[in-house]
Amino acid sequence: MEAQTKVQAEEGRQELFIIREFDLPVELLFKAYEDARLFEQWMGTKVIKLENKEHGSFAFETSHQGNVVFTANGTIHEFVPNQRITRTFKMENTPFPVQLEYLEFEKLSEETSKLTMQIVFKSVAFRNQLLKMPFAQGINRAHNKLQEIVHQQNK
Amino acid sequence: MLRMNLRRDVFQALADPSRRAILVLLATHSMSAGAIAANFDTARPTVSKHLQILTECALLTQEQNGREIYYHLNAQKLKEVADFIDPFRKMWDERFNKLENLMRQYKNTKK
Repeated sequence: MEAQTKVQAEEGRQELFIIREFDLPVELLFKAYEDARLFEQWMGTKVIKLENKEHGSFAFETSHQGNVVFTANGTIHEFVPNQRITRTFKMENTPFPVQLEYLEFEKLSEETSKLTMQIVFKSVAFRNQLLKMPFAQGINRAHNKLQEIVHQQNK
Repeated sequence: MLRMNLRRDVFQALADPSRRAILVLLATHSMSAGAIAANFDTARPTVSKHLQILTECALLTQEQNGREIYYHLNAQKLKEVADFIDPFRKMWDERFNKLENLMRQYKNTKK
């Protein structure tokens, strides 16, 4: 079983794949996405709204030290229990246009399952930019930390 | 179930100029640890430590060749680094680890 998450981002394509196998029955894997209270715990975001059905809408909000730093919302196009969730995904207050996301849930065995997320972007450039985001955030955090330390030393 | 985590951060591995020099050395052909060390003024155990770090974050792969271990450059991994895939992958990996642990606990409380 592939214990590690795989990310496939082929050159010149405007999509990426996130693939991961789990030591969980597919029903529990799906439940982690379906149940708002469970979803919040592992994604680290607050579920403002989650209508698990065709044409349902959803909204998430992530806060850091009391400030809202990230909001996303979208519409669900397909919701097939233990099989598939298809939805649009828009990150508010960012230059990224709406993304199209296909989440495929697969049973591998009684106790194992697999998730394949295909995310389609408006352009290749936007896909590449999204990949850089965690790296950029990491640099920002390091930068802020550095400024903090320098500030302390200058007191 | 054994879960292997890549302990080394690949950017940390690349931060060291000696390790970058090793990667350049292996760009055209694989070499044994001894042959690699012969190219540097550094002490052999130090070179071994560098090789260990590079192997742990998958920038190098090992292959047994007779009694020696040969080190290969993992070009695919280097490309992933250039494309910023690693921090992105790590972010999702951490989330999915949380998901798995959470749902394992959930499963156990339902028993």
